[in-house]
Amino acid sequence: MTKAIIEETDDEDSIILNAEQARRERNDRRLRIVMPVVALLTAVAVWEALVHIYDIPHYLIPAPSRIGETLITDGPSLMGSAWFTVKLTLLSLLLAIIGGVALGMLFALSRTIEMSLFPFAVILQVTPVVAIAPLILIYVHSTFAALLICAWIVAFFPILSNTVIGLRSADHNLRDLFTLYKATPWQRLRYLLAPSALPNFMAALKIAGGLSLIGAVVAEFVAGTAGQNSGLASRILESSFRNEIPRMFAALILVSLLGIAIFLATSWLSKLVLGRWHESEIKREH
Amino acid sequence: MQHVNNTAQISMNGVHKRFGNGTLAVRDMSVDIQPGQFVSFLGPSGCGKSTALRMIAGLLSASAGSISVNGHPAGEGGDGRDVGFVFQEATLMPWTTVFDNVYLPLRLAGTSRRAAKDQVNEALSNVGLLGFSQSFPRELSGGMKMRVSIARAMVTKPALLLMDEPFAALDEMTRFKLNNDVLKLWEENNLTVIFVTHSIFESVYLSNRVLVMAARPGRVVDDIALPGGYPRTDEYRTSQEFAENTRIVTRALKGTLDHDESDH
Repeated sequence: MTKAIIEETDDEDSIILNAEQARRERNDRRLRIVMPVVALLTAVAVWEALVHIYDIPHYLIPAPSRIGETLITDGPSLMGSAWFTVKLTLLSLLLAIIGGVALGMLFALSRTIEMSLFPFAVILQVTPVVAIAPLILIYVHSTFAALLICAWIVAFFPILSNTVIGLRSADHNLRDLFTLYKATPWQRLRYLLAPSALPNFMAALKIAGGLSLIGAVVAEFVAGTAGQNSGLASRILESSFRNEIPRMFAALILVSLLGIAIFLATSWLSKLVLGRWHESEIKREH
Repeated sequence: MQHVNNTAQISMNGVHKRFGNGTLAVRDMSVDIQPGQFVSFLGPSGCGKSTALRMIAGLLSASAGSISVNGHPAGEGGDGRDVGFVFQEATLMPWTTVFDNVYLPLRLAGTSRRAAKDQVNEALSNVGLLGFSQSFPRELSGGMKMRVSIARAMVTKPALLLMDEPFAALDEMTRFKLNNDVLKLWEENNLTVIFVTHSIFESVYLSNRVLVMAARPGRVVDDIALPGGYPRTDEYRTSQEFAENTRIVTRALKGTLDHDESDH
């Protein structure tokens, strides 16, 4: 009897809400895409207009149209460099994830290991990568490998520390429950610790994704490599030497686009993994 | 003083618990609990009632004395599936569905999802939540979450159910309803229940035996049998017997508080 009443009111509520909710949702989604696009287009238009009105020479500030032109004419060489940077960034991120998660699990399993190894992780983190990079470039023959190590150092630490915090943050009563049911260490990791660590890990992934790109670019600046097999940072440096400002901007835009792509991908992944249960990704009902 | 009792389901013998910080949480507790009893551990906070329950569950070890549960030392018997435990909070895994939460004890025992399906659904339907098996915990009310927690504890069909102030955070109407649910589970499954609470009314309504405990140091000061009135329904709450039992338990509890004050 009581149950039937509850279910009935539930149904009614959902009917009333759905029409209004759907409308609000549609508006919300539209605004979320329209507003940033309008703002961006306006900014670009103002930029273009100002350059033309004040007749600013393109070697100082090129108009967006000119940058677009350069992107097309220099496309092949820029794309090659972009691909190099993409490879470097994603590979370093991947290695940072593998290393950070593996070491994080080891730390979470054993306080002793954590106490002994944590100083090394901190040293790696606090020493600016720009300062270590020259040494790495001396010791490591392959430039790509050297750049990879630099980018990895930058992206690795946030993954490590967040994984450790996440694995430790599992609810104490749930831990007790797993003890009561005599869960094996593997079951405990898979069904309790790993899901508990996911929110922290996802936050770390967002940070590390951006950092791996920064690491890749900074490392390349330090290495200063020229040649056909080098990334966008080298193109920027090279254009700066030759005073090719439009080309600098073109390379810069590609770096930004890459960063945005990484940000969107990690945000999407986070939503996918946490969307149904974690506070950070749940949209509050109004 | 030897407590040897072979028919007892739980036998605590001279149990002490001292924590690392020096607190004597439980002092010399010797209790036998027979199969089918519904026992409340009643007392103010700090009286060691939760500590005693956790020792029976094997989550804490005794500093001295022995505890046997279902014929084994506490925490070592079987595969842990003959004891169900309900925490003060619902303690559900927020990242997965109601079904998966209830399935957990069977999953940890290596039962496949397919093989466990009927058992999980039966446990859910016993607490009236069959229609919510695909919901996530955050979509449920506090009372519903607690019922999921009870379904999870019951899914292995344990002989012993340990409950650690399970309804303290719920509103009174929900608490009354869940009290009746627990009584029903106890009657239908020949359970032994140990129910930790600081509510006199809850202990009198539910249990046929109340262990009154006092704090500093945590100890049992009275052991009261309340056999009558079953099957207890909401009418029992207003009966003469209920009032009389409440008076008895209150008096026992009051003694512990007065004694407590003279300590200071």
